[in-house]
Amino acid sequence: MSKAKVATVWLDGCSGCHMSLLDIDELLIDVLRKADIVYGPLVDAQEFPDNVDVTLVEGAVSSQDDLRLVQKIRQRTKLLVSLGDCAVTSNVPSMRNPLQPKVLLQRAYVEGADVNHRPPTDGVPALLRHAVPVHEVVKVDLHVPGCPPKADAIAFVVTELLESRKPDLAGKVKFG
Amino acid sequence: MNNKISIRIDGELIPATPGASLLETALAHGKFIPSLCHMKGLSSVGACRLCLVEVAGVNRLLPACTTPVQDGMSVTTQSDKLRRYRKITLELLFAERNHVCAVCVSNSHCDLQSLAQRLGVTSVRYPYTFPKVPVDLTHKKFALDQNRCILCTRCVRVCAEVEGAHVWAVSSRGVGSRLVCELNRAWADSRY
Ligand code: SF4
Ligand code: FES
Repeated sequence: MSKAKVATVWLDGCSGCHMSLLDIDELLIDVLRKADIVYGPLVDAQEFPDNVDVTLVEGAVSSQDDLRLVQKIRQRTKLLVSLGDCAVTSNVPSMRNPLQPKVLLQRAYVEGADVNHRPPTDGVPALLRHAVPVHEVVKVDLHVPGCPPKADAIAFVVTELLESRKPDLAGKVKFG
Repeated sequence: MNNKISIRIDGELIPATPGASLLETALAHGKFIPSLCHMKGLSSVGACRLCLVEVAGVNRLLPACTTPVQDGMSVTTQSDKLRRYRKITLELLFAERNHVCAVCVSNSHCDLQSLAQRLGVTSVRYPYTFPKVPVDLTHKKFALDQNRCILCTRCVRVCAEVEGAHVWAVSSRGVGSRLVCELNRAWADSRY
């Protein structure tokens, strides 16, 4: 049997969800027997590949880049999982949402700065008006809330998915 | 006692006291009906709509907390329809304000959060509204963060019915409703 192709991606999040993924410990070895990790912060691929079986998305969709990437991922992935509250609810990144991005950048890079009083413009993607959950911009097949989701929950999700079952998370996970 | 009546809850015959609510009666018999605005010892206002149940012969859902028991009433507390509506109600509550559980002081001791877990809400299908709502930090000891308010009015009722102080009220309507202190002044300017 050929191995499943699994990708992970880090949008507007703190990488805590990836840390929690690594916390599944020795189960990682089983996972790697059944799957190849083909894209994400844990591997070296530059371009998101075609025909990915499962993509775990950490983080909210906050910038033009996030939006383009997640749209591309959706086209190239069979099963897309929102991993963690940032992806599921927009969580901490959404705390900026009541402010206009312009006002926010002014606060952070002008009023809040000691030197270089101007928002960065080179090489940084434009912010969207709101940081939003992944499912507000593309179809999501499974939501795994938690900040971060517990390693047990991630282990359950990954194991079930690799056995081609859809995990039932009702009662097993919570926001926060 | 001869003033006892009986009702059926999910088919089970249960003795009830006239004047008691469906919710109280069900809870007293170990039945689970979700609720958020109900609090023991306070009047019931039917604000949160989590306790909706089906009553035989009534063609709409009724809030168990404000519906008095009647002899012979037959009530359904668990059904696919109710589960669907309860999830919708919870998701709308999450979408209406900024509930950032991860950084909330009430994380892991929050009725809204634990009910979402219990009822299997793992995402919110409605677009979040991200409202800009007031946070009152004027008081020496307490802070009021309306980002997390679900307008259950428990605080309003505790203040009026238990303390007798009548400091809190709700102003405006619908999604614009806000908790206000003494006809809308800063908490620091209140006598309390
Ligand atoms: S959900 Fe929590 S742990 Fe995961 S990326 Fe967001 S802030 Fe970090
Ligand atoms: S508990 Fe009945 S409406 Fe809130």
